[in-house]
Amino acid sequence: MATSNGSSTGTKITALVVDDDRVINAIHCKRLNKLGIENHVAANGKEAVDLHCSGKKFDLILMDRDMPIMNGIEATRELRAMGVRSIIVGVSTRSIKQEIQEFMDSGLDDYQEKPLTSSK
Amino acid sequence: MDRKQLQYQVACMRKSLFDQGYLDEQFNQLEDLQDEANPNFVEEVVTLFYSDSARFIHNIEQAMINKPNIDYGKLDDYMHQFKGSSSSFGAKKVKKECSQFRECCSAGNIEGCIKTFRQLKLEHATLKRKLETYFQLVKQAGIAERR
Repeated sequence: MATSNGSSTGTKITALVVDDDRVINAIHCKRLNKLGIENHVAANGKEAVDLHCSGKKFDLILMDRDMPIMNGIEATRELRAMGVRSIIVGVSTRSIKQEIQEFMDSGLDDYQEKPLTSSK
Repeated sequence: MDRKQLQYQVACMRKSLFDQGYLDEQFNQLEDLQDEANPNFVEEVVTLFYSDSARFIHNIEQAMINKPNIDYGKLDDYMHQFKGSSSSFGAKKVKKECSQFRECCSAGNIEGCIKTFRQLKLEHATLKRKLETYFQLVKQAGIAERR
């Protein structure tokens, strides 16, 4: 399987799941795991930013929108400002066009409405 | 009870959970993720949900105490999260009550919020009982299969 420039191992795709909900984290991680993707978890945007500040890199970031301490919009902006080029997919239950656009404008590559399914 | 009878009971119970609207397609998605490495994945997720949802319920109850200065924004945020969590494993009726509650929040209707929340807690507890029974039956059928 081809890896992007952000891969930390060079052989396996890595992903970071950013969500304050443990249930959703468990499900996303399992889904990624079944696809052979090595995954990590951050409970909010700040943890995600801190992970990157410590030198960690990920091919894919699944970013929740609404989180305490630092939400997905702020975290995505921060990561892009840091030069993070990972694929960042916003994941949220928000369905209002304006809210989705606001999230996209922060620097997402894609947006998917929760709950995630295999096809998504 | 032999293996076939247990498996039949499991299938019937599962079907009724869907037919009666307690669960939706997302539960199927979760079951598809189960494998030999994680044969009880769905049960683990549900257990995690009920562990965390006690906190949601407490937060919402606390936020509704402060009449007449109810912070509907905060209530809505709590319920938004609760809804996301419950919909992630297919809790259809719980999700529906969450949506109803949020509509009452938007309208500033505290009585509606109280009534809906009461119903939500009922659906939440009912689903828990039904899923506990279902998982017990699944385990029994699994044990019978291994004999």
